[in-house]
Amino acid sequence: MDEIFGIPAPLLFGQLLLGLINGAFYALLSLGLAVIFGMLNVINFTHGAQFMMGAFVAWMLLHYLGIGYWWALLLAPLIVGFTGVVIEKTMISRLYKLDHLYGLLLTFGVGLIIEGLFRNQYGSSGMPYRIPPELQGAWDLGFMFMPVYRGWVVIVAIVMCLATWLVIEKTKLGSYLRAATENPALVQAFGINVPRMMTLTYGAGVALAAFAGVLAAPIYSVNPQMGANLIIIVFAVVVIGGMGSILGSVVTGFGLGVIEGFTRVFYPEASATVIFVVMAIVLLLRPAGLFGRA
Amino acid sequence: MSQFHRRALLGGAAATAAFGALPAHVARAQAANTVKIGILNDQSGLYRDVNGPGSVACVRQAIQDSGVAARGVNVEVVVGDHQNRPDVGSTITRQWIDRDNVDVILDVPTSSVALAVNTIVRERNKIFLNSSAATSDLTGAQCSPNTIHWTYDTYMLAKSTGGAMVRAGGDTWFFITADYAFGHALERDTSGFVRAAGGRVLGQVRTPFPGTTDFSSFLVQAQSSRAKVIGLANAGGDTINSIKQAAEFGVTRRGTKLAALLMFISDVHSLGLETAQGLVCTESFYWDLNDRTRAFTQRVLPSMPGGLRPGMGQAGCYSAIMHYLKTVAEMGVPAARASGVDTVNRMKAQPTNDDAMGEGTIRPDGRRMQPVYLFEVKTPAESRGAWDYYKLLQTTPAAEAFRPVGEGNCALVRS
Repeated sequence: MDEIFGIPAPLLFGQLLLGLINGAFYALLSLGLAVIFGMLNVINFTHGAQFMMGAFVAWMLLHYLGIGYWWALLLAPLIVGFTGVVIEKTMISRLYKLDHLYGLLLTFGVGLIIEGLFRNQYGSSGMPYRIPPELQGAWDLGFMFMPVYRGWVVIVAIVMCLATWLVIEKTKLGSYLRAATENPALVQAFGINVPRMMTLTYGAGVALAAFAGVLAAPIYSVNPQMGANLIIIVFAVVVIGGMGSILGSVVTGFGLGVIEGFTRVFYPEASATVIFVVMAIVLLLRPAGLFGRA
Repeated sequence: MSQFHRRALLGGAAATAAFGALPAHVARAQAANTVKIGILNDQSGLYRDVNGPGSVACVRQAIQDSGVAARGVNVEVVVGDHQNRPDVGSTITRQWIDRDNVDVILDVPTSSVALAVNTIVRERNKIFLNSSAATSDLTGAQCSPNTIHWTYDTYMLAKSTGGAMVRAGGDTWFFITADYAFGHALERDTSGFVRAAGGRVLGQVRTPFPGTTDFSSFLVQAQSSRAKVIGLANAGGDTINSIKQAAEFGVTRRGTKLAALLMFISDVHSLGLETAQGLVCTESFYWDLNDRTRAFTQRVLPSMPGGLRPGMGQAGCYSAIMHYLKTVAEMGVPAARASGVDTVNRMKAQPTNDDAMGEGTIRPDGRRMQPVYLFEVKTPAESRGAWDYYKLLQTTPAAEAFRPVGEGNCALVRS
């Protein structure tokens, strides 16, 4: 068996693949954060809770209404996105004129409240959610056993990232959004309803988090703290990629997933810390992040 | 911390209000006849369902069932959330003992926190009744005359579950270990049994705690070691995620067996029988074990959070407080509060007996002894109703289940 740095090559390929899968979640979540920060200038700390809500709404749809995975993939983002619209309308929209810190504190608090409510209602162990029958099973790749579902997650995540990037960079709607970020007063003067666009942007960012939550439901235990575990890592991803940079967050998401995967082979004890080490180094060398504009 | 402060404040406010309504001499008499129990556990993280508010419900049930109020003993309860962090747990313990006159620290899951609390309670000569931490060091190298380890420990889990797996032909092992005191102790104790039975440990991987949600990398490493058994030296949410992802990666379909070395009934409930069926686990309590456990469960069920059935950690809290309050009633509150060591010695001197954990004894090293049960998780077809999850495979008598008293290196029993 061939070895690379004393580790069997097949094992290393396996970890590369698993790293990409985890990276897909990081990319999807950091994408939503980047969209919200890029357009609204709000650091959305509720994102982890909204990811968790996506998974829980999928579970509720199945448990109470018998609605399965495929519909949940559509409905859960819409439902959670709508709660995002309500939060933006009633709370966040009042903070646009203030310092970033206020938005951060507000969304952090809202996230804690949502997690607490779910914890009181559903406990900490989580709910069972099975992989849909169409995506069960696994491929034997020779070097590892690859569950079909994880392959699906990577493909969907890449498609979603690409679609979001296209909408923002290549469509008219995207150009309005970008213009509104630069100079909201001027865009409004052209007859475009900027506040509504902000609301919908936040709703869409939240829907992306919920979408990732539904994707995660069959893999991770659907529990109230599932978002809190991820959100800190995802913030590091956004900071490394460059705050608000969509391309940056996607590339960094996948890249850091891979780095974390390799750390799990070479020095597993450090796998929870390695992303923050990378963050520290990047901030020292490029304070605006890898893809950020200083 | 915020929860702890809030609860402590509420408790204090309620107590002040109650005293305010009483004549001064009655209030003084009541204060003199009050013992204070501090339940310190995980109220908000991955171990919440295996102890958390469920332990609080069981303690309140014990206070009621013990009938000490009729004998003039007043019991106050405070609750703290240690967030699985030794620094937070130590701070709360010191505040409780130094400022709030707490007599007993109870429950304390997460071995790293439990070991820190163990030291503080000993320094202050109070009482530490541990139900939910697993490390066998609490009655071994770090044993204390102020501590009783009530419900389970890593040695007993390793011997019962690990021993059963080796007997069934699982003679090569790979461990996925939570990287802190508990995981290390469970891995160490299980490895001992595997080697003693002629088996081999092929490797282990230490997973960061808390904060690991994806175990697929570790499972793939375990699989590529070609070990027959993957030992999960973790607990709560970590165990759930490990088992769920092992099913996804087809680990068991290739003949590798999973050994969930510490699994609770709430974990099985969360996984669902479809995923959990066939796993074996070791517990010292199961709600459907006999008439007494069923009666206990019926009584406490209305106050359990979210319809959970009590698990062994929570039942252990009930049992420990039943025994403690019985001892307090016999000694009288002033004597029981005066010295933690004396009260613990008195508790050790008599057998324990309650509905949840049945009959037991407490050894000089602080280990509470009782029979230990090896269960297999039922298949969906075998399960006849809600929470009907286990079938009993084997009962190990107390004397064989736990580490022999001389082998733990505990200073209290060294000749």
